[in-house]
Amino acid sequence: MVDLLSLNTYIPVLLVVLAPIIGGILMGIDRKLTARMQSRIGPPILQPFYDVIKLWGKQPFLASGLQPILAFGYFGFSIAAYTLLAFGQDILLMIFTIALADICLMVASFNSKSPYSNIGAKRGLLGMMSCEPVMILAALNISIMTGTFMIQGIFDITVPLLPYLPLTLLAMIPVLVVNMQKSPFDVSASGHAHQELVRGIYTEFSGYTLALIELGHWTKVDLMLSFVALFWAQSLIVGATLALSFFFVALVIDNVYPRLDWKSMVKTTWTVGFLLIIANIIGLIVRLVAL
Amino acid sequence: MRTMTKARIKSPWVLHFDCGSCNGCDIEILAAQTPRFDIERFGIVNIGDPKQADMLLVTGPVNKRNQRVLRNLYDQMPAPKTVIAIGECACSGAIFHNCPNTLGGVDKVIPVDVYVPGCAARPEQIVDGIMLALQKLEKISECQGEGG
Repeated sequence: MVDLLSLNTYIPVLLVVLAPIIGGILMGIDRKLTARMQSRIGPPILQPFYDVIKLWGKQPFLASGLQPILAFGYFGFSIAAYTLLAFGQDILLMIFTIALADICLMVASFNSKSPYSNIGAKRGLLGMMSCEPVMILAALNISIMTGTFMIQGIFDITVPLLPYLPLTLLAMIPVLVVNMQKSPFDVSASGHAHQELVRGIYTEFSGYTLALIELGHWTKVDLMLSFVALFWAQSLIVGATLALSFFFVALVIDNVYPRLDWKSMVKTTWTVGFLLIIANIIGLIVRLVAL
Repeated sequence: MRTMTKARIKSPWVLHFDCGSCNGCDIEILAAQTPRFDIERFGIVNIGDPKQADMLLVTGPVNKRNQRVLRNLYDQMPAPKTVIAIGECACSGAIFHNCPNTLGGVDKVIPVDVYVPGCAARPEQIVDGIMLALQKLEKISECQGEGG
């Protein structure tokens, strides 16, 4: 029964509304921290918002009529995935909704003749292929702990997940790096100019379609970090600290490693992800048997 | 000032095109992005894609072979856009002004908003040129807001 007068009813709604904004601020912190690590001053924290507002006001150049619909789809499905998480729905459904958002972006990139855009989209599909199985296995691990695939189940058990699933959480680091499009796995689209693919999957986007893609990307980054925070869902402060420390680790990895090719991406995410998660599953089963 | 104008002058993404320069000015443009000058503190990002760029930085004299490419890049940039000619060669053709294969300055092919002289133009001058172009962009954007 939904209690409309209780404050707790509105917290998930607030989280969904704030998701792109929090993601944008994180992107601003990302650019500032990256600049400081390279001993530069860096842009202001609100820089991503200036970028998106500016892109919204640019003259629209569309590569095809389908492009704006798919850009809206990417943003919409990212928000939908976050809504599923905020309302404590099914983890698997959330992962598949992220995949749907990504597919919108890939189809929009394939929908032009630009070779950069096409190769970027192919690499984007490889990025999805390397992340999805790891995330689904992580969801399986969580379900073994909670006995359900619902995210609400994580809040219902009294103990946090982290002490039981530390290896699963570690397996999320490469997944986070791929989803944030950071080095070494920014194969589909690099944030920096003068790479071999120009802007990769984003090459054919301009104006408001690119602004929508940016907003969708922020929501997705926020979603991935919120997923990390679920590993200590009992306390908001500990969960947020966990997510922010993972964000910082991803930035350090970005600044330390050069770009690698797609083969290294698939090999690393699968080897690290599968080994850690399977070790964790075996540990859980042994513990269950011993009890 | 309108929010859109503020966002525009705080986030100029630049596209760099080398029209056959000696690479002196190109190295200075890259030097402007290094920690010493760090143009990203003004929100300036060097973007490789004309469709996402707001400013075109051109170096070198335009010749008969690459004028089509320059024109094409300019046409692919969505409005509002500005063009900055960097270095003596891009401004006027300099020592190449009477060569049979060159056309002279960049303004023979596309409209130029700001000229940054120098051989090679120094990073401080390039940053200064971008700031001048932003002042022009601010006026254009404010006029658009008034329906002009």
